[in-house]
Amino acid sequence: MSYPSIQEIGDEIVEEFSWFSSWEEKYEHLIEMGRQLPIIDEAYKTDDRLVRGCQSRVWLHAESEDQRVVFRADSDAIITKGIVALLVRALSHQPAEDIVRSDLSFIDTIGLKAHLSPTRSNGLVSMIQQMKQYAGSQLNH
Amino acid sequence: MTAQLPDNQSWRKGSIAETVDWEKLRNDFPILQRQVNGHPLAYLDNAASAQKPWQVKEAEQALYDHYYANVHRGVHTLSQEGTDAFEEARAWVASFINAPEKEEVIFTKGTTDGINLLAYTFGLDYLKPGDEILLTGMEHHANIVPWQLVARRTGAVIKVVPVLENGTLDLESFDKLLSEKTKLLSMVWVSNSLGTINPVDYMVQKAKSLGVPVLLDAAQAAPHLAVDVQALDVDFLVFSAHKVIGPTGFGVLYGKRKWLEKLPPFMGGGDMIDQVRFEETTFNALPHKFEAGTPHISGAIGFCAALKFLAQIGMDRVAAREQALGELCRTKLREAFPELRFIGEAPERVAVVSFLLGEAHPYDVGFILDKEGVAVRTGHHCCQPLMDRFKIPGTVRASFAFYNKESEIDQLIAALAKAQKMLLP
Ligand SMILES: Cc1ncc(COP(=O)(O)O)c(C=O)c1O
Repeated sequence: MSYPSIQEIGDEIVEEFSWFSSWEEKYEHLIEMGRQLPIIDEAYKTDDRLVRGCQSRVWLHAESEDQRVVFRADSDAIITKGIVALLVRALSHQPAEDIVRSDLSFIDTIGLKAHLSPTRSNGLVSMIQQMKQYAGSQLNH
Repeated sequence: MTAQLPDNQSWRKGSIAETVDWEKLRNDFPILQRQVNGHPLAYLDNAASAQKPWQVKEAEQALYDHYYANVHRGVHTLSQEGTDAFEEARAWVASFINAPEKEEVIFTKGTTDGINLLAYTFGLDYLKPGDEILLTGMEHHANIVPWQLVARRTGAVIKVVPVLENGTLDLESFDKLLSEKTKLLSMVWVSNSLGTINPVDYMVQKAKSLGVPVLLDAAQAAPHLAVDVQALDVDFLVFSAHKVIGPTGFGVLYGKRKWLEKLPPFMGGGDMIDQVRFEETTFNALPHKFEAGTPHISGAIGFCAALKFLAQIGMDRVAAREQALGELCRTKLREAFPELRFIGEAPERVAVVSFLLGEAHPYDVGFILDKEGVAVRTGHHCCQPLMDRFKIPGTVRASFAFYNKESEIDQLIAALAKAQKMLLP
């Protein structure tokens, strides 16, 4: 099976979001993406998979499959979950080294960068760090 | 500059005779004119920190432009003027809380600092293994963690007065928990997450009847209610200036002289000493014994201006105005959103409205409110044990100050309707 690259997925997301002019439409779309995120198995929602953020909780599970890293994630806040869905869509099923090198600038382009600010305390910054860390650890194998 | 200190009654009634024009008063707070995300700012996060009137900034600016120097140290004119203004601030704070003597007013960095000061002086010196510190289930982390740290070092034990479903304290349990083992009752006067005004008169008297000293966390009381430490008969009381329309990084610890004389100093350094010898150092008199190092001079000056501002309005009018706003908010919310769940419905409460909108996560609600220019706090409000008690991750909290206006409640309702539409399918 062939997957589009992170860059291609990013471009696709930018294209999708370019349809929306108001913040309401944009966030409704984001929330919808959150709702469609494959629900993580409850068994994965353990404390050791919890990415700590003060306000909303994010769970992240990573494993390797056919030389690629697969991520499953969830959040208890739906807007956070929407961003989580974007990140999973872009980074899951990608080669570890692409994940490590990815810049995720598409989030900025679609105007959602504020969610990834380190002061937001919603767990997303640590989530990206952990995704990259996991990918990095696979490279050393 | 030397306006007359208000007496206890004047603090309640205020110095302006005519009725207060609240809309006009609002203009004294420049930040409230701001737009946020294309909407007029509706600042409903006053329990986290209050906005400042221009008079506070002007007083600090005058200090820096005209008489700034270190205090308590110099022979020169500036230092003398600075010290006079700094000590004038202490007199105003003493008057604000009706402290018998201004030497009983210790300047701190804030509520957290004041509680830690007591934990490391009173706590370490007076607590023995098995002694009990009585807290309540609605404490801010600032009144939990310092005591846990001290309990770990002294072997003292923490006991907790439970919170009932409506957000009031279980007084029957309180009566039972208070015993000859209790060495301190440290409790919040007004809850920052529920708005509950605790029955401190009853609780302090009960503690005193058993000889138990009391520390009141007045962080959420001082901004909204008239404080009278003599009528309360508390041993210690702490609060932060930034919640009382004053500067950040500044606060107050009131302590009865008999305690402050007995307690050891917390931090050592300049200003707090009498004689320093390597063999032995003797300590300065109150309040300086507890104020090591150069203090937050501009904080004191700014806070003094904030108090003068409040003295004009009067705390009874502040309380009544806020009460009206808080209750109007609750009524309108109840009408507009039948599925809304209030967390904290104590009969005695300040204008703190904590709630959950259906199944919506507080973070999501807060995010959408911000897009509509409405600033609220979401989350556990530094009261995780209390959130656990209600089995919720947190709440959305709208908290009012006297400078808020009715139309901001409508803005909140409209923004919530949008949040409901977007978040709850
Ligand atoms: C009840 C209560 N206690 C203590 C604090 C801590 O105050 P500060 O952060 O100013 O030290 C707060 C502030 O949120 C509070 O609401």
